[in-house]
Amino acid sequence: MVGAAAGGAAADVSGPRYDEPPVIEVRDLSIAYGGRPALRGVNLDVHRHEIFGIIGPANSGKTSFLRALNRMETFNASMEVRGSVSINGMNIRDWRNEYALRSRIGVVFPLPVGLPLTVYENVAFSPRLRGIRKKAELDEVVERCLTRAALWDEVKDRLDSLGSLLSGGQQQRLTIARALSQEPELLLLDEFSIAVDPVTTMRIEDVLRELRSELTIVMATNLVQQARRLADRTAFFLMGELVEIGVTEDLFEREAKDERTTGYIEGRFG
Amino acid sequence: MTPPADSAAAATPGAMDRRDAAWYADRIAQALIFVGGVSAIVFIAGIFVFVTREGLDFALGPLGLREFFTSIAWRPTSNTPTYGALALIAGTASVTGFAMLLSVPLSLGAALFIAEFARGKTRETLKILVEMLAAIPSVVWGFVGMSIMNPLIIRVFDVPVGLTVLNAGLILGLMAAPIMTTIAEDALKAVPDTYREAAEALGATRWEVVVKVVIPASRNGLLAAVLLGVGRGFGETMAVLMASGHAINLPTSPFDSVRALTATIAAELGDAPVGSDHYGSLFTLGILLFVVTFLINLAADVVVRGIGRK
Repeated sequence: MVGAAAGGAAADVSGPRYDEPPVIEVRDLSIAYGGRPALRGVNLDVHRHEIFGIIGPANSGKTSFLRALNRMETFNASMEVRGSVSINGMNIRDWRNEYALRSRIGVVFPLPVGLPLTVYENVAFSPRLRGIRKKAELDEVVERCLTRAALWDEVKDRLDSLGSLLSGGQQQRLTIARALSQEPELLLLDEFSIAVDPVTTMRIEDVLRELRSELTIVMATNLVQQARRLADRTAFFLMGELVEIGVTEDLFEREAKDERTTGYIEGRFG
Repeated sequence: MTPPADSAAAATPGAMDRRDAAWYADRIAQALIFVGGVSAIVFIAGIFVFVTREGLDFALGPLGLREFFTSIAWRPTSNTPTYGALALIAGTASVTGFAMLLSVPLSLGAALFIAEFARGKTRETLKILVEMLAAIPSVVWGFVGMSIMNPLIIRVFDVPVGLTVLNAGLILGLMAAPIMTTIAEDALKAVPDTYREAAEALGATRWEVVVKVVIPASRNGLLAAVLLGVGRGFGETMAVLMASGHAINLPTSPFDSVRALTATIAAELGDAPVGSDHYGSLFTLGILLFVVTFLINLAADVVVRGIGRK
């Protein structure tokens, strides 16, 4: 990563690169499930080293949007995707190998999904897929990823116990460590704090803020204040429609352009 | 908002102390379920006691256990009867072993395809077909063995007799496969989709997901499926009786005829006078079958628990 080395300790040096071409370009993205539309005509850009927040009530299309970014539509036969998503200037639907695409994108689901493996093997899963076999190398990756996910100190003595035996908050940090083990350039988080206590949520948010200097983060959240705390820019989705995108501060501090956004942010509906 | 009229009454100590219909229904349901659970134990114990009582006197008395396990001479109706069961044990073991060799890979493969790779109509059709296979009566399989496999084996391999280990093993394998497939598929389907999604999100291919996540997560169920198949093969009587040749023989090749423990009991019990040595010897075979089945299940249980702990 170019920015990280120059940035050093000061995280802000490696903030969003609005001057560079965007990492993700979404054009006219529409998603439907068996003919029932879930997302209509979304256009947006996400820039390198940005935390891009997506807010909106349930059924607004947040999750569908994230799923389209790493082509998880192959999982659900009834999910139809139209329009284009480009990552680093390449349309992801032109990539023949969706597995290679997914291996570059880390995903954190709303409820922590510990694979039925030990803590160690959960984090070593993706490196092993990449062909890392040496124990020492794997050890190093596992420790580094768990440390970055603020979990190492809590689990270093129980790496060989099942990941599912950890507490909910620990499991979610485990899935973050696992996502980081992919060395992704893009991290997608879908309402990651839904099953996590507030203290752990704050710790994860700190982790994300640090990670921003190394990668790009797209984060859907149902907590408006979480977007305010973390996101550089925020998009508001409502009933499958992108209502508004703005610099987070502008949306929250000054008047948003669309009164529905203001209404949602202030909790008048949602 | 005003509370409903009777909630005030329900809150009084008297109402709390009164047993209502739901309370009794709960108790009755508990009792019925308890009876259902215990009855399984009662039946198993009953069968065990019955079989043992009929066979144990003979097994520990006139029958020499050494002869039973080491001799192949099973001549219960001869003037000087001998009760060597080795050939019968070998017959059952060879046929079951051959059947498992065929059906374990076949059914696990089928289950993997149905559960993990087939989609939509293909999947539903296959499931229905497999379930239909499981419903074919064993005498029909035996008929297939006798009238189709037998001439086929004679022609293809140029052997004098087609009712052999090979024939019975093939038939038994095909019989055990549907039930193993169905149970293995259930085990695979019990693995939550979230695991598959999480693993694919990490960049794993479908095959990698199956090998590294789904199979390890369902191995207990898969093992149970295999052991159920073994049990099915072990206990099957009619098809084996018809397809194996029913000849007392220590098999040295798949083209030897054999006789199975179960088939021996089925064929001879009707002719053995109740209480005679012959009768007792057949029940001894029954005890053997029972003990082996019990050991298989026990082993499965231990293995499954052992894996679960790790």
